[in-house]
Amino acid sequence: MPRMIVEVMLKQEIHDPQGEAIASACHRLGFGQVRGVRQGKRFEVELDGPADEAAVTAITQLARELLSNPVIEDFTLHADGT
Amino acid sequence: MTFPGSLDDRDAARAVTAAGAEPVVLWHGDRGLKGVDAVILPGGFSYGDYLRCGAIARFAPVMSDLVPAARAGLPVLGICNGFQILCEAHLLPGALTRNAGLRFINRDLPLRVENARTAWTRAYAGGERIVVPLKSGEGAYAADPGTLADLEASGAVVLRYAADNPNGSAAAIAGVCNADGNVVGLMPHPEHAVDPLTGPSADGLGFFTSVLTGVAA
Repeated sequence: MPRMIVEVMLKQEIHDPQGEAIASACHRLGFGQVRGVRQGKRFEVELDGPADEAAVTAITQLARELLSNPVIEDFTLHADGT
Repeated sequence: MTFPGSLDDRDAARAVTAAGAEPVVLWHGDRGLKGVDAVILPGGFSYGDYLRCGAIARFAPVMSDLVPAARAGLPVLGICNGFQILCEAHLLPGALTRNAGLRFINRDLPLRVENARTAWTRAYAGGERIVVPLKSGEGAYAADPGTLADLEASGAVVLRYAADNPNGSAAAIAGVCNADGNVVGLMPHPEHAVDPLTGPSADGLGFFTSVLTGVAA
């Protein structure tokens, strides 16, 4: 089934306390080389039709209106397998 | 207004009664606002906080009526999850993010009323200090620097945390309003502070009496 992958991350300037907590857990576990972690979300959007240009346009709009909050988050989008 | 997962709709209705007004129950799945003079979006975890706090509630059927009414001047107060919904619906600027310390915060806090000219704060004096509870895990107010500067310049910062900044909010902002002052959102819970028997004070009652002076006028 054609799928689009949307990944949503907090903007760089937005504080990510979850990422910081994960980074400090990495250090406690001995992964000292971990400098920092930022946590985000991945959406796998299954499509009825092909993952063509029209689908990219539609899912981009979906990502902007629902899957992300543009005030605090950025998103990237690509067709699965590409 | 009750959404699936709202918790504090009963307390909000009780505060409305305590202020001397008649509470009217609105349901997320209905259309129309039943001719009410003002709307309160209560605290809680609408739609389980799925996706982002308030993100799903924004698309509830009743919001198709609330958003244009709010833009036309209807007084709307969003408390906690209600504040998150108003931000997601773009009725208020900014967004609420995870508390800086990650912990859910549940305690009584002093606040300073920065703007006592909004529909929901005119019963207070500018600069007045009030004590009401804060209870939230995602209450850190965030906005881009340009928006924050606009908020400060236009007096749209309605409330600020008056002692420590408990959750990492930008500029210790606890509540904001829109340009007309009819839409106000805040993370602390004034509806839990309307009676010293059940809350830390009766300081929160002023939100619910404020809006009545506008309705009567």
